[in-house]
Amino acid sequence: MEYFLNEQQKTIKSLARRIAEERILPARAELDEKEEFPWEIIKALADADMFRVFIAEEYEGLGGGCFDLCLVIEELSRACGGIAISYAADALGCLPLIHHGTEEQKEKYLPDVASGARLTAFALTESTAGSDASKIRTSATLEGSHYLLNGTKQFITNGGEAEIYTVIAMTDPAKGSRGSSAFVVEKNTLGFSFGKKEKKMGIRSSATRELVFRDCRIPQENLIGREGQGFIIAVRMIDRSRPGVAAQAVGIAQGALEAAVDYARQRVQFDHPISSFQAVQHMLANMATELEAARALVYAVAKTVDSGAKDYAEEAAMAKVFASDVAMKVTEDAMQIFGGVGYMRDYPVEKMMRDAKITQIYEGTNQVLRNAIALEVLKRKARRE
Amino acid sequence: MKVAVCIKQVPETPTLEIDPQTNTLIRARGKMIINPFDMYALEEGIRLKEQYGGQATAISMGPPEAQEALREAIAFGIDNAIILSDPILDDCDTLATSYVLAKAIDKLGQPDIIICGRQTTDGDTGQVAPQLAEWLGLPFASYVSKIEEVREGRMRLQRMVDSGHQVIEMPLPAVISVVKEINLPRLPSLRGLMQSKKAPIPTWSARDLAVDASKVGLVGSATKVKMVFFPQREGGSELLQGSPESQVDQLLEKLREAKVI
Repeated sequence: MEYFLNEQQKTIKSLARRIAEERILPARAELDEKEEFPWEIIKALADADMFRVFIAEEYEGLGGGCFDLCLVIEELSRACGGIAISYAADALGCLPLIHHGTEEQKEKYLPDVASGARLTAFALTESTAGSDASKIRTSATLEGSHYLLNGTKQFITNGGEAEIYTVIAMTDPAKGSRGSSAFVVEKNTLGFSFGKKEKKMGIRSSATRELVFRDCRIPQENLIGREGQGFIIAVRMIDRSRPGVAAQAVGIAQGALEAAVDYARQRVQFDHPISSFQAVQHMLANMATELEAARALVYAVAKTVDSGAKDYAEEAAMAKVFASDVAMKVTEDAMQIFGGVGYMRDYPVEKMMRDAKITQIYEGTNQVLRNAIALEVLKRKARRE
Repeated sequence: MKVAVCIKQVPETPTLEIDPQTNTLIRARGKMIINPFDMYALEEGIRLKEQYGGQATAISMGPPEAQEALREAIAFGIDNAIILSDPILDDCDTLATSYVLAKAIDKLGQPDIIICGRQTTDGDTGQVAPQLAEWLGLPFASYVSKIEEVREGRMRLQRMVDSGHQVIEMPLPAVISVVKEINLPRLPSLRGLMQSKKAPIPTWSARDLAVDASKVGLVGSATKVKMVFFPQREGGSELLQGSPESQVDQLLEKLREAKVI
């Protein structure tokens, strides 16, 4: 399909593919097996300017948008969903600073994000607050010129590895979700430590960890936006990063489709390659068709975001729901085509299936996102649009 | 520090074809890449520049299409690139090529270090680097696997030799050829790639280089290629039939016939 990429986008896509093939492919199985954070590959991505893609030019970035970011995430995910999410989570982690940070905050942090010198992470989820993010308990109390943070964040991607954290905490618990605020917290701040490192089913080379705040004092100027804006910042940032998860799903599915095609052409049963059997051909045809539909939707939504649209919550949710369901289906079918060997860890498709599953769960479960889509659909009818 | 890196654009090996009439490589077909050994030369040149400051220049002699190889070199981090291209430079052997490269190095103004890959994957001679040093009248070290230190006009380095590693020190300026053990070439960067698309790549003609016409092209080449061919693969395979025991007997018989045992 022709998606009319411009010169810069073609360059970004082809270099991301090259890094994926030369650096990620040979390392992915071992990193997955050992649950090891891919520092060497992060370094290669930094050297190749990949962290500059989503940062504005005035902060030493390349000024790319949501679409450019999606192209990188898709290409990296084609080789490994786990490594790709470490990159994508960095883009999410600095979004609150990009869109709501003060000039001083941007100047202080964004050039380091652009060069890849420091990774970022976004921290919202807590044990009591998953889909219902308004139930966070981490508190931030203003004491003189400092905020005192207390509480525990859970399942934080890039936790422990990142150096810059954007954290949502309650400044006025009585106001519920309107009483939350966003903060930037640096690693090595006194009172900020890391808890349990999670052992995951998939995306195992990525770091998922608890953040523990015990009387962690941060200067007042670390507040992002105004007090009380925390929840709205979190919701908007996740709307914006959701096409990225959708792109991750598209990339994982692309990798699985290619693996399935290669295997079907080479596996001989009943004296013929299994790719000559119509049962297998129809599976491949469905995989390719659904994948392309997902890609077209994700690209269209990313371009909607880049067009400066104010509200794209519904579109972003649609892209994430559709692409992640396609990724699950395509990776499952890829394993089916591989048959017995596909179930073995010596072959890449079982990992793809494990990696695909998380895309239906994080950044809003597909169920909660369907609620959001339905709400918009019904609201439109009520408004007689 | 001024570093010059000599690179060549070569066919990606599986697509190699030879013109049966002229016995020279057919370059028009297939994908062209930077000679793999030259990638290590480029990386080392960029590292020297990064460590000691200064500029790294890449030079390539070849058809105008070789510009693509030089653009790639810029994407990796090379500062300037020059292409030596002129119809009268066609069909140069290693002696004539190294002569032209030497003239270009002269015109560039003496670099401190001139780096080449150990050999190309098309011509495969490994002669250009030492010949270049000879034309320039500079000291030369081949098969360099590590540059330990550059200081006060001297360079300490390691060479790969049959029996192991040799550590030598040589005065600068000097020419070296490097092996793949010397480094891991980096990937290009996005900023480098974008810059490389716009970077001016001057072409130096035979006239710009003031080359002696009798020293270039077929006339200036000492090597006359009589014939180039792909060796015919003779023999074949034979499948032995019968029970495992009888197959072993047949195999032993054949090995005896061939006087292997």
